[in-house]
Amino acid sequence: MAKSASNKAFLLGYRLYIVAFFIFLAAPLVAAATFAFNDSLFPSLPWQGFTLDWFFNDTEPKLGMFHDRRLLRGLYYSAIIGVMVSGLSVFVGTTNAFLFVRGNFPAKNFFYIIMILPLVIPGVILGISILVMASNIANGVEDRFDYELEFLRPGILLVVLGQFSFVTTITSLVITARLKKFDYTMEEAALNLGASRAQVLRTVTLPFLRPAMIAAGIVAFLVSFENFNTTLFLVGSESPLTITMYDRMAKVGSTPVLNAVSFFLIVGSGLLALISVIVQRNAPAD
Amino acid sequence: MQSDIRRLSLILLFAPFALWIFLLIVLPHIGMIALSLREKVAPRVYEFGFGNYIDFIQEPIYWNTLLRTGSMSILVTFLALLIGFPIAYYIAKIAGQRSKGALFLLCLIPLWVSDLIRAFGWILLLRETGVASTFLQWTGAIDQPIEFLYNDITVVVGLVYTVILFMIVPLVSTLDGMDDAMVEAGYNLGGSGFTVLRRIIIPYAMPGIVSGCIVVFMLTAGSYLTPILLGGKNSSWFTEQIYDQFITRFNWESGAAFGFLLLAFTSLVVWLGLRLTGQTLANTVAKS
Amino acid sequence: MTSTDTPDLECTNLCKEFGKVRAVDNVSFEIPKGSFFSILGPSGCGKTTLMRMIAGFEDPTSGNIDIKGKSVLNTPPNKRNVKMVFQHLALFPMMNVYENIAYGLRCIGMDKAQIDQKVRDVLDRIALPDVGNREIHQLSGGQKQRIAIARCMVLDPDVLLLDEPLGALDLKLREAMKIELKLLQHQFNTTFIYITHDQSEALVMSDHVAIMNEGRFEQIGKPEELYHAPRTAFVAGFVGDSNRWSGKVTGLQDGVAKVTTDAGLTMLCQKQDGRDVREGQSVTIYVRPEFITASRSKGQDTQTSDLNAIHGKVDSVLFNGANSRVLVRGPSGELIEADVVVTGSTDDLHAGDEVRLNWSDQQTMCFAT
Repeated sequence: MAKSASNKAFLLGYRLYIVAFFIFLAAPLVAAATFAFNDSLFPSLPWQGFTLDWFFNDTEPKLGMFHDRRLLRGLYYSAIIGVMVSGLSVFVGTTNAFLFVRGNFPAKNFFYIIMILPLVIPGVILGISILVMASNIANGVEDRFDYELEFLRPGILLVVLGQFSFVTTITSLVITARLKKFDYTMEEAALNLGASRAQVLRTVTLPFLRPAMIAAGIVAFLVSFENFNTTLFLVGSESPLTITMYDRMAKVGSTPVLNAVSFFLIVGSGLLALISVIVQRNAPAD
Repeated sequence: MQSDIRRLSLILLFAPFALWIFLLIVLPHIGMIALSLREKVAPRVYEFGFGNYIDFIQEPIYWNTLLRTGSMSILVTFLALLIGFPIAYYIAKIAGQRSKGALFLLCLIPLWVSDLIRAFGWILLLRETGVASTFLQWTGAIDQPIEFLYNDITVVVGLVYTVILFMIVPLVSTLDGMDDAMVEAGYNLGGSGFTVLRRIIIPYAMPGIVSGCIVVFMLTAGSYLTPILLGGKNSSWFTEQIYDQFITRFNWESGAAFGFLLLAFTSLVVWLGLRLTGQTLANTVAKS
Repeated sequence: MTSTDTPDLECTNLCKEFGKVRAVDNVSFEIPKGSFFSILGPSGCGKTTLMRMIAGFEDPTSGNIDIKGKSVLNTPPNKRNVKMVFQHLALFPMMNVYENIAYGLRCIGMDKAQIDQKVRDVLDRIALPDVGNREIHQLSGGQKQRIAIARCMVLDPDVLLLDEPLGALDLKLREAMKIELKLLQHQFNTTFIYITHDQSEALVMSDHVAIMNEGRFEQIGKPEELYHAPRTAFVAGFVGDSNRWSGKVTGLQDGVAKVTTDAGLTMLCQKQDGRDVREGQSVTIYVRPEFITASRSKGQDTQTSDLNAIHGKVDSVLFNGANSRVLVRGPSGELIEADVVVTGSTDDLHAGDEVRLNWSDQQTMCFAT
């Protein structure tokens, strides 16, 4: 292809488009983050000067996020839920990967599609269906045995189950992709060198999967942390951070402390996402 | 003995999968459908019946909202593909080795930022006292504050914004696997830019395109925060109706019926999409 | 207790069936202590299956495998003292060189100091004393090869299996590694069983070679026996290059058969022991290019009783240094290869030259078909 003038103009236009897109991508995030540092009671222009009050100040009206009890509690519940979802979904994701890569059973393709489905079911529906089931069981037990199954009422357990129900598809796909790249002869080599089956799993196969498991765990944590739709229906008194923020936004309106939380979350989730990418990229290939 | 061990390990591996799918997906959905087929005839007395679905059909607001949600989701999906494809193509094929990695990272890092924060950012930019309005007043382009929020265009822009990375990321992975020589051969054999795009690049990227479209469509149709926060009270998004029935009116039967309708409707759209493009769920979404 | 004449490995009537396919068909052999034994065959001949049975990854359908005189049929792969170098080496990428080599020793629970000593010893023996801390991806192809061998040899195996380990290397390195493998085998004085489809690897390195085809051993012997005295047509065709004609025996005299090819040429071939050639029988004839001399024909025909001769025209000269050849178009249009010396002088053959090809009836290998 000759580099004609029109070609150059096209490429320039193309580049401008890319730049415009990334500005579009960044604008709301920058806006949400920047106002965290504005020394004003409202997250809007004009710029009143730089401050860290919305993070660290301990008195009203400028109560910083690290002194805001409810936000901190939300953060704490989000973290607990995230860790539980991440642990569970990585475990089931790993067994699923082995099941679908190594296993040989009838209707395997059908089950594989079933495994993908939760990812394309709207989160709202997962939320209500799990809520309905848990309540049905709890009501049934209450009616018949007059015993209250507290854990089946909206609360942390239901939130964890609700998020786990679709996050597991993500972790399964990530770990399956890695296991497919595994050179089966490495296990045979380890056996040949005298390792037992358990030793092979512990010293060869799982270390090979480890980068994918870590990356999947991080992604699971992030998805859990930012989830709103499923959580909304299952949440009890222990609101995770997104729900707390939403309540605050709906009741109090936007205040810069929400910008502080946004900044914190953007940076935090960005860093975690970066780590998960790096872990996967640096994984030895075979 | 060897085969016994194999069977045992298969069962052990199948157990978590079965528990997960059965207890958290299949059973709850059956429960939801069963609940939706229940009519309240008196306090704490219920009967089997299609009343909740009949209500849905008889009340135009309900099915209008579902149709509106569906059509706007299709529009958002289409826009996300239209805007996202050139970006993905640039990252996968045109950018140099170094900037490619950097640009892809720029797409991956904000991928998991909450919808809430994204919508919040847009609110700060677009509301009456927001950055855009203030800026335009300062330049003198307008003399009154303008409200950019609470209209359909903003909702669509916000939705495209929220979901577009889920379009770009699978597209980049798919296009990345395409051999440059294929495109060069296309030109070499006399194809114009457009034919190469239509006959070589797009067919090759089809699994990625379909996968991106499915995920984006489902995320959009199932989204809750973005339409409500950017569209305000009148955004009429179907998930809002579900929430309304469940939480506000405490009418679970009707909420379950709405949930099932949303699921059936979106599944139908996805099924049609797969049919039209000749793809399957297994070779699209599963690969991303 | 172990007598010196117990073979390191003995297979008896070994069979393996996959469904209806017989991958290994009644194979028997024994390998004496400390020798380099190759199994050579085209891909799909069952050699990998045979090796996997020896290593324990497949169970034979019938037959027996003895290692150092003891049957290992009921020994799981991780308890057999047979180590294997895999086709793509299967080094563990998440461990460094030291950990790769120490892997087997750790599995048997050896203490740290002893492992350290052993790993260092074996690294010295493969002449890579300083690579212990390197990662696998930092090694060159040849180094990986040696590490894969060291990883097995550190466990003092009774037999080392090598499954086409040179396949992934480029040509130059492959040539160098052939020699190196042979030296390593001498140094460790362990029985090596080497699987390959590359005859030059098998011929150069081995003390004995088994030619395998369609699940069966066609012939076992020293490399030169296989080359010069193949016992079956398959061996003759598979080992080394040869020109090939099919024809019929039209006469038999004093152990010399007269064969008329399908195209009407007549050739003589000496009958070898044990080979059943009768008059009227269809046969295939193999003649190696290096036994055919090509010279410019000057009109006269000097066919002596034991010399076959064909006239033809040089079609092309394939220059390849010491291994140069001419392609000669024979009277019936077929192409015949003959080795020539190309010196660069005017005496060299050129395309279009009329030539006479001669070879002795002793070098004419004839097999009933």
